[in-house]
Amino acid sequence: MTILQFVIWSLLKVAVVTVVLLMGVAYTVLLERKLVGRIQNRWGPSRVGPFGLLQPLVDGAKSFLKEDIIPTAVYRPLYLLAPIIALGCALISIAVVPFGSPAVTVNGMHLFQISDVNIGLLVVLGITSIGVYGIALAGWSSNNKYSLLGSLRSSAQLISYELALGLSLVGVVLRAQSLNLRVIVESQAGKGLLTWNIFGGLQIIAFLIYLTAAFAETNRAPFDLPEAESELTAGYHTEYSSMKFAMFFMAEYANMITVGCVATMLFLGGWTSPFGNLIPLPQNILLQAILPIFWFVFKVFCFLFLYVWVRGTLPRFRYDQLMNFGWRYLLPIAILNIVGTSLWLAYR
Amino acid sequence: MHLILFVLFAGLCLAGAINLLLQSHPINSALSLIVVMTSLAVLYLLLGAEFLAAAQVIVYAGAIMVLFTFVVMLLNAGQEERTLGSRAARTVGFPAVAAILGVLATIVLKAQGLGTASLSDGITPTEQLSAELFTKLLLPFEVTSVLILIAILGAVALARRGDGERTEGK
Repeated sequence: MTILQFVIWSLLKVAVVTVVLLMGVAYTVLLERKLVGRIQNRWGPSRVGPFGLLQPLVDGAKSFLKEDIIPTAVYRPLYLLAPIIALGCALISIAVVPFGSPAVTVNGMHLFQISDVNIGLLVVLGITSIGVYGIALAGWSSNNKYSLLGSLRSSAQLISYELALGLSLVGVVLRAQSLNLRVIVESQAGKGLLTWNIFGGLQIIAFLIYLTAAFAETNRAPFDLPEAESELTAGYHTEYSSMKFAMFFMAEYANMITVGCVATMLFLGGWTSPFGNLIPLPQNILLQAILPIFWFVFKVFCFLFLYVWVRGTLPRFRYDQLMNFGWRYLLPIAILNIVGTSLWLAYR
Repeated sequence: MHLILFVLFAGLCLAGAINLLLQSHPINSALSLIVVMTSLAVLYLLLGAEFLAAAQVIVYAGAIMVLFTFVVMLLNAGQEERTLGSRAARTVGFPAVAAILGVLATIVLKAQGLGTASLSDGITPTEQLSAELFTKLLLPFEVTSVLILIAILGAVALARRGDGERTEGK
Protein backbone atom coordinates (compact mmCIF):
# COMPACT_ATOMS: atom_id res chain seq x y z
CA MET A 1 0.00 0.00 0.00
CA THR A 2 1.35 3.37 -0.93
CA ILE A 3 1.56 6.31 1.43
CA LEU A 4 -1.15 8.15 -0.50
CA GLN A 5 -3.55 5.24 -0.10
CA PHE A 6 -2.73 5.06 3.59
CA VAL A 7 -3.42 8.77 4.08
CA ILE A 8 -6.69 8.64 2.14
CA TRP A 9 -7.97 5.58 4.01
CA SER A 10 -6.94 7.07 7.36
CA LEU A 11 -8.67 10.37 6.63
CA LEU A 12 -11.77 8.49 5.57
CA LYS A 13 -11.79 6.46 8.77
CA VAL A 14 -11.22 9.55 10.90
CA ALA A 15 -14.07 11.38 9.15
CA VAL A 16 -16.50 8.47 9.56
CA VAL A 17 -15.60 7.84 13.21
CA THR A 18 -15.83 11.54 14.10
CA VAL A 19 -19.23 11.94 12.46
CA VAL A 20 -20.55 8.76 14.09
CA LEU A 21 -19.14 9.80 17.46
CA LEU A 22 -20.72 13.26 17.25
CA MET A 23 -24.05 11.71 16.28
CA GLY A 24 -23.58 9.32 19.18
CA VAL A 25 -23.01 12.29 21.48
CA ALA A 26 -26.14 14.02 20.23
CA TYR A 27 -28.29 10.93 20.72
CA THR A 28 -26.74 10.11 24.11
CA VAL A 29 -28.05 13.48 25.25
CA LEU A 30 -31.48 12.53 23.96
CA LEU A 31 -31.22 9.09 25.57
CA GLU A 32 -30.40 10.73 28.87
CA ARG A 33 -33.30 13.19 28.66
CA LYS A 34 -35.73 10.46 27.67
CA LEU A 35 -34.58 8.00 30.33
CA VAL A 36 -34.37 10.51 33.16
CA GLY A 37 -37.82 11.60 32.05
CA ARG A 38 -39.19 8.08 32.34
CA ILE A 39 -37.46 7.60 35.70
CA GLN A 40 -39.22 10.74 36.93
CA ASN A 41 -42.50 9.59 35.43
CA ARG A 42 -42.69 12.06 32.53
CA TRP A 43 -42.12 11.72 28.82
CA GLY A 44 -39.03 13.81 28.14
CA PRO A 45 -38.66 15.55 24.76
CA SER A 46 -41.42 14.28 22.47
CA ARG A 47 -42.49 17.17 20.22
CA VAL A 48 -39.79 17.41 17.53
CA GLY A 49 -40.00 14.54 15.09
CA PRO A 50 -41.35 11.06 15.89
CA PHE A 51 -40.80 10.31 19.63
CA GLY A 52 -38.71 13.49 19.82
CA LEU A 53 -35.98 11.88 17.71
CA LEU A 54 -35.06 15.12 15.95
CA GLN A 55 -34.56 16.99 19.22
CA PRO A 56 -30.70 16.80 19.11
CA LEU A 57 -30.62 18.48 15.67
CA VAL A 58 -32.83 21.30 16.88
CA ASP A 59 -30.71 21.68 20.02
CA GLY A 60 -27.58 21.89 17.87
CA ALA A 61 -29.12 24.57 15.65
CA LYS A 62 -30.16 26.50 18.75
CA SER A 63 -26.61 26.40 20.18
CA PHE A 64 -25.20 27.71 16.91
CA LEU A 65 -27.66 30.59 16.68
CA LYS A 66 -27.41 31.80 20.28
CA GLU A 67 -25.48 34.98 20.98
CA ASP A 68 -21.90 34.26 21.95
CA ILE A 69 -21.15 36.34 25.05
CA ILE A 70 -17.56 36.81 26.16
CA PRO A 71 -17.45 38.63 29.52
CA THR A 72 -15.02 41.54 29.68
CA ALA A 73 -13.06 40.32 32.71
CA VAL A 74 -12.01 36.95 31.28
CA TYR A 75 -8.43 36.12 30.33
CA ARG A 76 -9.17 35.81 26.64
CA PRO A 77 -6.49 33.47 25.20
CA LEU A 78 -7.13 30.72 27.72
CA TYR A 79 -10.88 31.37 27.82
CA LEU A 80 -11.01 30.63 24.09
CA LEU A 81 -8.53 27.75 24.26
CA ALA A 82 -10.24 25.81 27.06
CA PRO A 83 -13.30 24.47 25.20
CA ILE A 84 -11.07 23.45 22.28
CA ILE A 85 -8.80 21.44 24.59
CA ALA A 86 -11.78 19.82 26.29
CA LEU A 87 -13.54 18.76 23.10
CA GLY A 88 -10.34 17.96 21.18
CA CYS A 89 -9.06 15.56 23.83
CA ALA A 90 -12.49 13.98 24.17
CA LEU A 91 -12.62 13.25 20.44
CA ILE A 92 -9.00 12.15 19.94
CA SER A 93 -8.92 9.26 22.38
CA ILE A 94 -11.45 7.26 20.34
CA ALA A 95 -8.76 6.84 17.64
CA VAL A 96 -7.21 3.73 19.18
CA VAL A 97 -10.47 1.90 19.87
CA PRO A 98 -11.09 -1.26 17.82
CA PHE A 99 -14.80 -1.21 16.93
CA GLY A 100 -14.93 -4.47 15.03
CA SER A 101 -13.08 -7.60 14.11
CA PRO A 102 -9.47 -7.00 12.97
CA ALA A 103 -10.01 -9.73 10.39
CA VAL A 104 -11.74 -7.18 8.18
CA THR A 105 -8.92 -5.44 6.33
CA VAL A 106 -8.42 -3.37 3.23
CA ASN A 107 -4.94 -3.78 1.71
CA GLY A 108 -3.71 -5.10 5.06
CA MET A 109 -5.14 -2.18 7.02
CA HIS A 110 -7.73 -2.60 9.78
CA LEU A 111 -11.02 -1.16 8.65
CA PHE A 112 -12.62 -0.83 12.08
CA GLN A 113 -9.78 0.79 13.99
CA ILE A 114 -8.18 4.09 13.10
CA SER A 115 -4.78 3.14 14.43
CA ASP A 116 -3.54 -0.04 16.07
CA VAL A 117 -1.02 1.19 18.64
CA ASN A 118 1.10 -1.03 20.90
CA ILE A 119 0.39 1.19 23.87
CA GLY A 120 -3.25 1.89 23.00
CA LEU A 121 -4.45 1.76 26.59
CA LEU A 122 -1.81 4.26 27.71
CA VAL A 123 -2.74 6.55 24.83
CA VAL A 124 -6.34 6.66 26.06
CA LEU A 125 -5.21 7.36 29.64
CA GLY A 126 -2.73 10.01 28.51
CA ILE A 127 -5.19 11.93 26.37
CA THR A 128 -7.82 11.77 29.11
CA SER A 129 -5.31 13.18 31.58
CA ILE A 130 -4.57 16.10 29.23
CA GLY A 131 -8.31 16.76 28.94
CA VAL A 132 -8.32 18.00 32.55
CA TYR A 133 -6.71 21.23 31.38
CA GLY A 134 -9.83 22.11 29.41
CA ILE A 135 -11.86 22.22 32.62
CA ALA A 136 -9.10 23.68 34.80
CA LEU A 137 -8.33 26.53 32.41
CA ALA A 138 -11.99 27.25 31.71
CA GLY A 139 -12.65 27.81 35.40
CA TRP A 140 -9.55 29.87 35.99
CA SER A 141 -9.74 32.10 32.92
CA SER A 142 -13.44 32.87 33.46
CA ASN A 143 -12.49 35.06 36.43
CA ASN A 144 -15.55 33.96 38.36
CA LYS A 145 -15.73 32.48 41.86
CA TYR A 146 -18.10 29.70 40.92
CA SER A 147 -16.06 28.75 37.87
CA LEU A 148 -12.82 28.71 39.83
CA LEU A 149 -14.30 26.58 42.62
CA GLY A 150 -15.76 24.22 40.04
CA SER A 151 -12.49 23.76 38.23
CA LEU A 152 -10.52 23.37 41.48
CA ARG A 153 -12.90 20.65 42.58
CA SER A 154 -12.67 19.04 39.18
CA SER A 155 -8.86 19.02 39.06
CA ALA A 156 -8.59 17.56 42.57
CA GLN A 157 -11.25 14.98 41.81
CA LEU A 158 -9.66 13.93 38.53
CA ILE A 159 -6.17 13.59 40.02
CA SER A 160 -7.53 11.47 42.88
CA TYR A 161 -9.67 9.16 40.81
CA GLU A 162 -7.28 8.82 37.88
CA LEU A 163 -5.00 6.89 40.22
CA ALA A 164 -7.67 4.36 41.15
CA LEU A 165 -8.81 4.19 37.53
CA GLY A 166 -5.34 3.47 36.20
CA LEU A 167 -4.60 0.89 38.89
CA SER A 168 -7.88 -0.93 38.30
CA LEU A 169 -6.81 -1.53 34.70
CA VAL A 170 -3.49 -3.11 35.68
CA GLY A 171 -5.14 -6.46 36.46
CA VAL A 172 -6.54 -6.65 32.94
CA VAL A 173 -3.18 -5.72 31.42
CA LEU A 174 -1.49 -8.41 33.52
CA ARG A 175 -3.91 -11.02 32.20
CA ALA A 176 -3.60 -10.00 28.56
CA GLN A 177 0.16 -9.36 28.88
CA SER A 178 -0.18 -6.44 26.52
CA LEU A 179 -1.20 -2.80 26.41
CA ASN A 180 -2.52 -3.18 22.89
CA LEU A 181 -6.30 -2.84 22.93
CA ARG A 182 -6.74 -5.27 20.03
CA VAL A 183 -4.73 -7.93 21.87
CA ILE A 184 -6.62 -7.28 25.11
CA VAL A 185 -9.92 -7.87 23.31
CA GLU A 186 -8.62 -10.98 21.56
CA SER A 187 -7.40 -12.40 24.89
CA GLN A 188 -11.06 -12.54 25.99
CA ALA A 189 -12.41 -13.96 22.75
CA GLY A 190 -12.19 -17.68 23.61
CA LYS A 191 -15.49 -18.80 25.14
CA GLY A 192 -17.72 -15.76 25.00
CA LEU A 193 -19.07 -14.56 28.32
CA LEU A 194 -17.01 -17.08 30.30
CA THR A 195 -13.68 -15.67 29.16
CA TRP A 196 -14.57 -12.02 29.53
CA ASN A 197 -12.37 -10.31 32.07
CA ILE A 198 -15.32 -9.36 34.24
CA PHE A 199 -16.41 -13.01 34.78
CA GLY A 200 -13.84 -15.57 33.70
CA GLY A 201 -10.93 -13.24 34.36
CA LEU A 202 -12.15 -12.65 37.93
CA GLN A 203 -11.73 -8.92 37.41
CA ILE A 204 -15.18 -7.99 38.68
CA ILE A 205 -13.70 -6.00 41.58
CA ALA A 206 -11.50 -4.12 39.12
CA PHE A 207 -14.59 -3.50 36.99
CA LEU A 208 -16.51 -2.01 39.91
CA ILE A 209 -13.54 0.22 40.79
CA TYR A 210 -13.27 1.27 37.16
CA LEU A 211 -16.97 2.01 37.03
CA THR A 212 -16.88 4.23 40.12
CA ALA A 213 -13.71 6.02 39.07
CA ALA A 214 -15.07 6.51 35.55
CA PHE A 215 -18.17 8.25 36.91
CA ALA A 216 -15.88 10.61 38.80
CA GLU A 217 -13.57 11.07 35.82
CA THR A 218 -16.37 12.19 33.55
CA ASN A 219 -17.87 14.49 36.21
CA ARG A 220 -21.14 12.60 36.17
CA ALA A 221 -23.68 12.10 38.93
CA PRO A 222 -23.24 11.06 41.74
CA PHE A 223 -19.80 12.69 41.45
CA ASP A 224 -20.80 15.78 39.45
CA LEU A 225 -19.50 18.19 42.08
CA PRO A 226 -17.59 20.41 39.61
CA GLU A 227 -20.91 21.50 38.16
CA ALA A 228 -23.15 21.05 41.17
CA GLU A 229 -25.89 23.49 40.23
CA SER A 230 -27.25 23.91 43.73
CA GLU A 231 -23.93 25.26 45.04
CA LEU A 232 -21.91 26.45 42.03
CA THR A 233 -24.51 27.64 39.47
CA ALA A 234 -22.90 25.68 36.65
CA GLY A 235 -19.32 25.26 37.88
CA TYR A 236 -16.53 25.66 35.38
CA HIS A 237 -18.72 26.58 32.41
CA THR A 238 -20.78 29.26 34.17
CA GLU A 239 -19.39 32.04 31.96
CA TYR A 240 -19.62 30.16 28.68
CA SER A 241 -22.47 30.58 26.26
CA SER A 242 -23.59 29.46 22.84
CA MET A 243 -21.34 27.01 20.99
CA LYS A 244 -18.54 27.25 23.56
CA PHE A 245 -20.89 25.90 26.20
CA ALA A 246 -22.05 23.27 23.73
CA MET A 247 -18.43 22.21 23.22
CA PHE A 248 -18.04 21.46 26.94
CA PHE A 249 -21.34 19.64 26.86
CA MET A 250 -20.27 17.56 23.86
CA ALA A 251 -16.90 16.85 25.49
CA GLU A 252 -18.63 15.45 28.56
CA TYR A 253 -20.78 13.08 26.53
CA ALA A 254 -17.92 12.11 24.21
CA ASN A 255 -15.91 11.25 27.33
CA MET A 256 -18.80 9.11 28.55
CA ILE A 257 -18.77 7.22 25.26
CA THR A 258 -14.98 6.77 25.40
CA VAL A 259 -15.19 5.47 28.96
CA GLY A 260 -17.92 3.10 27.82
CA CYS A 261 -15.72 1.90 24.94
CA VAL A 262 -12.78 1.29 27.29
CA ALA A 263 -14.97 -0.63 29.74
CA THR A 264 -16.34 -2.69 26.86
CA MET A 265 -12.89 -3.51 25.52
CA LEU A 266 -11.21 -4.22 28.82
CA PHE A 267 -13.90 -5.99 30.81
CA LEU A 268 -16.76 -6.96 28.52
CA GLY A 269 -14.89 -8.62 25.67
CA GLY A 270 -14.98 -5.76 23.16
CA TRP A 271 -16.50 -6.74 19.84
CA THR A 272 -16.65 -10.47 20.66
CA SER A 273 -20.01 -12.16 20.97
CA PRO A 274 -21.20 -13.08 24.49
CA PHE A 275 -22.16 -16.56 23.23
CA GLY A 276 -18.69 -17.50 22.02
CA ASN A 277 -18.83 -20.52 19.75
CA LEU A 278 -22.37 -21.54 20.75
CA ILE A 279 -23.74 -19.68 17.78
CA PRO A 280 -21.73 -20.51 14.64
CA LEU A 281 -20.39 -17.62 12.57
CA PRO A 282 -22.78 -16.57 9.79
CA GLN A 283 -21.73 -17.51 6.28
CA ASN A 284 -22.47 -14.09 4.83
CA ILE A 285 -19.27 -12.01 4.76
CA LEU A 286 -21.11 -8.75 5.29
CA LEU A 287 -22.86 -10.16 8.34
CA GLN A 288 -19.54 -11.43 9.67
CA ALA A 289 -18.19 -7.88 9.53
CA ILE A 290 -21.26 -6.19 10.97
CA LEU A 291 -22.09 -8.54 13.85
CA PRO A 292 -18.98 -7.65 15.94
CA ILE A 293 -19.78 -3.96 15.52
CA PHE A 294 -23.32 -4.65 16.69
CA TRP A 295 -22.03 -6.34 19.85
CA PHE A 296 -19.60 -3.51 20.51
CA VAL A 297 -22.22 -0.80 20.09
CA PHE A 298 -24.72 -2.80 22.15
CA LYS A 299 -22.29 -3.11 25.07
CA VAL A 300 -21.40 0.58 24.95
CA PHE A 301 -25.12 1.37 24.86
CA CYS A 302 -25.71 -0.74 27.98
CA PHE A 303 -22.92 1.14 29.70
CA LEU A 304 -24.43 4.52 28.76
CA PHE A 305 -27.82 3.27 29.94
CA LEU A 306 -26.25 2.45 33.30
CA TYR A 307 -24.71 5.93 33.43
CA VAL A 308 -28.12 7.56 33.03
CA TRP A 309 -29.80 5.11 35.38
CA VAL A 310 -27.30 5.95 38.12
CA ARG A 311 -27.78 9.65 37.49
CA GLY A 312 -31.51 9.28 37.84
CA THR A 313 -31.22 7.24 41.04
CA LEU A 314 -28.36 8.35 43.27
CA PRO A 315 -28.03 11.67 45.11
CA ARG A 316 -24.84 13.70 44.85
CA PHE A 317 -21.94 12.97 47.20
CA ARG A 318 -20.52 15.58 49.54
CA TYR A 319 -17.02 16.72 48.60
CA ASP A 320 -15.19 15.28 51.62
CA GLN A 321 -17.07 11.99 51.17
CA LEU A 322 -15.86 11.91 47.58
CA MET A 323 -12.22 12.39 48.54
CA ASN A 324 -12.44 9.95 51.45
CA PHE A 325 -13.98 7.30 49.25
CA GLY A 326 -11.40 7.72 46.51
CA TRP A 327 -8.30 7.66 48.66
CA ARG A 328 -9.30 5.45 51.59
CA TYR A 329 -11.31 2.76 49.82
CA LEU A 330 -10.95 2.70 46.04
CA LEU A 331 -7.18 3.10 45.94
CA PRO A 332 -6.28 0.38 48.49
CA ILE A 333 -8.79 -2.04 46.96
CA ALA A 334 -7.32 -1.40 43.50
CA ILE A 335 -3.81 -2.12 44.82
CA LEU A 336 -5.03 -5.30 46.56
CA ASN A 337 -6.62 -6.36 43.29
CA ILE A 338 -3.27 -5.98 41.50
CA VAL A 339 -1.49 -8.03 44.18
CA GLY A 340 -4.19 -10.70 44.07
CA THR A 341 -4.20 -10.94 40.28
CA SER A 342 -0.40 -11.13 40.11
CA LEU A 343 -0.27 -13.89 42.74
CA TRP A 344 -3.00 -15.83 40.95
CA LEU A 345 -1.25 -15.49 37.59
CA ALA A 346 2.09 -16.53 39.11
CA TYR A 347 0.92 -19.62 41.02
CA ARG A 348 -2.00 -21.05 39.06
CA MET B 1 10.01 12.16 7.72
CA HIS B 2 11.57 11.38 11.10
CA LEU B 3 13.97 14.28 10.71
CA ILE B 4 11.18 16.70 9.84
CA LEU B 5 9.21 15.63 12.91
CA PHE B 6 12.31 15.83 15.06
CA VAL B 7 13.13 19.38 13.95
CA LEU B 8 9.50 20.41 14.35
CA PHE B 9 9.07 19.10 17.87
CA ALA B 10 12.57 20.00 19.06
CA GLY B 11 11.80 23.54 17.88
CA LEU B 12 8.46 23.48 19.68
CA CYS B 13 10.18 22.20 22.80
CA LEU B 14 12.74 25.01 22.77
CA ALA B 15 10.12 27.62 21.96
CA GLY B 16 8.05 26.39 24.90
CA ALA B 17 11.07 26.54 27.19
CA ILE B 18 11.97 30.08 26.15
CA ASN B 19 8.35 31.17 26.45
CA LEU B 20 8.30 29.64 29.95
CA LEU B 21 11.07 32.02 30.98
CA LEU B 22 9.68 35.09 29.26
CA GLN B 23 6.05 34.90 30.36
CA SER B 24 5.25 37.01 33.38
CA HIS B 25 2.11 35.16 34.38
CA PRO B 26 2.61 31.90 36.30
CA ILE B 27 -0.19 30.07 34.52
CA ASN B 28 1.25 30.87 31.10
CA SER B 29 4.61 29.58 32.28
CA ALA B 30 2.97 26.38 33.54
CA LEU B 31 1.25 25.88 30.20
CA SER B 32 4.53 26.42 28.34
CA LEU B 33 6.05 23.74 30.53
CA ILE B 34 3.27 21.37 29.42
CA VAL B 35 4.16 22.11 25.80
CA VAL B 36 7.80 21.27 26.60
CA MET B 37 6.80 17.99 28.30
CA THR B 38 4.54 16.83 25.49
CA SER B 39 7.02 17.68 22.74
CA LEU B 40 9.64 15.75 24.72
CA ALA B 41 7.23 12.82 24.66
CA VAL B 42 7.09 13.05 20.86
CA LEU B 43 10.90 13.05 20.74
CA TYR B 44 10.94 9.87 22.87
CA LEU B 45 8.47 8.31 20.48
CA LEU B 46 10.70 9.19 17.53
CA LEU B 47 13.53 7.36 19.27
CA GLY B 48 11.31 4.29 19.60
CA ALA B 49 10.62 4.56 23.34
CA GLU B 50 6.85 4.31 23.21
CA PHE B 51 6.25 3.40 26.85
CA LEU B 52 8.46 6.26 27.99
CA ALA B 53 6.53 8.66 25.75
CA ALA B 54 3.20 7.56 27.19
CA ALA B 55 4.51 7.71 30.75
CA GLN B 56 5.89 11.20 30.06
CA VAL B 57 2.47 12.42 28.97
CA ILE B 58 0.50 10.66 31.72
CA VAL B 59 2.83 11.42 34.63
CA TYR B 60 4.41 14.76 33.79
CA ALA B 61 1.95 16.51 31.51
CA GLY B 62 -1.13 14.87 32.97
CA ALA B 63 -0.50 14.60 36.71
CA ILE B 64 2.39 16.75 37.89
CA MET B 65 1.56 19.76 35.75
CA VAL B 66 -2.09 19.55 36.75
CA LEU B 67 -0.88 19.90 40.35
CA PHE B 68 1.22 22.91 39.31
CA THR B 69 -1.71 24.67 37.64
CA PHE B 70 -3.89 23.63 40.57
CA VAL B 71 -1.59 25.40 43.00
CA VAL B 72 -1.34 28.47 40.76
CA MET B 73 -5.12 28.64 40.58
CA LEU B 74 -5.54 28.00 44.31
CA LEU B 75 -3.14 30.77 45.31
CA ASN B 76 -4.49 32.95 42.50
CA ALA B 77 -0.93 34.10 41.88
CA GLY B 78 -0.79 37.41 40.09
CA GLN B 79 1.62 38.91 37.60
CA GLU B 80 5.26 38.44 38.32
CA GLU B 81 7.21 41.60 39.05
CA ARG B 82 9.94 42.46 36.58
CA THR B 83 13.27 43.47 38.04
CA LEU B 84 16.49 44.13 36.26
CA GLY B 85 18.13 41.22 38.03
CA SER B 86 20.76 41.40 40.71
CA ARG B 87 24.34 42.32 39.87
CA ALA B 88 25.67 39.16 41.51
CA ALA B 89 23.50 37.02 39.27
CA ARG B 90 24.87 38.74 36.19
CA THR B 91 28.53 38.69 37.14
CA VAL B 92 28.63 35.14 38.53
CA GLY B 93 25.60 33.54 36.90
CA PHE B 94 26.39 33.80 33.20
CA PRO B 95 30.02 32.59 33.41
CA ALA B 96 28.94 29.77 35.75
CA VAL B 97 26.25 28.62 33.34
CA ALA B 98 28.68 28.78 30.43
CA ALA B 99 31.26 26.78 32.41
CA ILE B 100 28.77 24.07 33.43
CA LEU B 101 27.48 23.73 29.87
CA GLY B 102 31.07 23.52 28.62
CA VAL B 103 31.95 20.77 31.10
CA LEU B 104 28.79 18.81 30.29
CA ALA B 105 29.39 19.14 26.56
CA THR B 106 33.00 17.91 26.81
CA ILE B 107 32.01 14.95 28.99
CA VAL B 108 29.22 13.91 26.65
CA LEU B 109 31.41 14.32 23.56
CA LYS B 110 34.33 12.41 25.09
CA ALA B 111 32.35 9.60 26.66
CA GLN B 112 32.62 6.23 24.96
CA GLY B 113 30.23 3.33 25.02
CA LEU B 114 27.10 5.29 25.74
CA GLY B 115 25.35 3.33 23.02
CA THR B 116 23.50 4.95 20.18
CA ALA B 117 19.95 5.97 19.57
CA SER B 118 18.72 6.87 16.14
CA LEU B 119 15.56 8.22 14.62
CA SER B 120 14.05 5.13 13.09
CA ASP B 121 10.93 3.04 12.73
CA GLY B 122 12.23 0.65 15.36
CA ILE B 123 10.26 0.51 18.60
CA THR B 124 11.32 -0.94 21.94
CA PRO B 125 8.40 -3.06 23.12
CA THR B 126 7.23 -2.61 26.69
CA GLU B 127 8.13 -6.26 27.52
CA GLN B 128 11.76 -5.61 26.68
CA LEU B 129 11.82 -2.43 28.74
CA SER B 130 10.32 -4.13 31.78
CA ALA B 131 12.63 -7.12 31.47
CA GLU B 132 15.59 -4.75 31.56
CA LEU B 133 14.10 -2.77 34.42
CA PHE B 134 13.31 -5.77 36.61
CA THR B 135 16.48 -7.77 36.05
CA LYS B 136 19.53 -5.67 35.25
CA LEU B 137 18.37 -2.46 36.87
CA LEU B 138 16.38 -3.95 39.75
CA LEU B 139 18.38 -2.38 42.58
CA PRO B 140 18.33 1.23 41.30
CA PHE B 141 14.67 0.79 40.44
CA GLU B 142 13.71 -0.36 43.94
CA VAL B 143 15.95 2.21 45.62
CA THR B 144 14.17 4.94 43.67
CA SER B 145 10.84 3.71 44.94
CA VAL B 146 12.14 3.92 48.51
CA LEU B 147 13.20 7.48 47.77
CA ILE B 148 9.68 8.32 46.63
CA LEU B 149 8.26 6.63 49.72
CA ILE B 150 10.44 8.86 51.90
CA ALA B 151 9.17 11.90 50.02
CA ILE B 152 5.57 10.79 50.63
CA LEU B 153 6.26 10.29 54.35
CA GLY B 154 7.87 13.73 54.48
CA ALA B 155 4.82 15.30 52.83
CA VAL B 156 2.48 13.58 55.28
CA ALA B 157 4.62 14.64 58.25
CA LEU B 158 4.64 18.27 57.03
CA ALA B 159 0.92 18.26 56.42
CA ARG B 160 0.15 16.89 59.89
CA ARG B 161 2.35 19.36 61.76
CA GLY B 162 0.37 21.79 63.92
CA ASP B 163 -2.58 19.46 63.72
CA GLY B 164 -2.12 18.51 67.37
CA GLU B 165 -4.88 20.63 68.90
CA ARG B 166 -7.49 19.46 66.48
CA THR B 167 -9.20 16.20 67.31
CA GLU B 168 -8.85 13.13 65.14
CA GLY B 169 -11.15 12.70 62.18
CA LYS B 170 -12.89 16.09 62.64
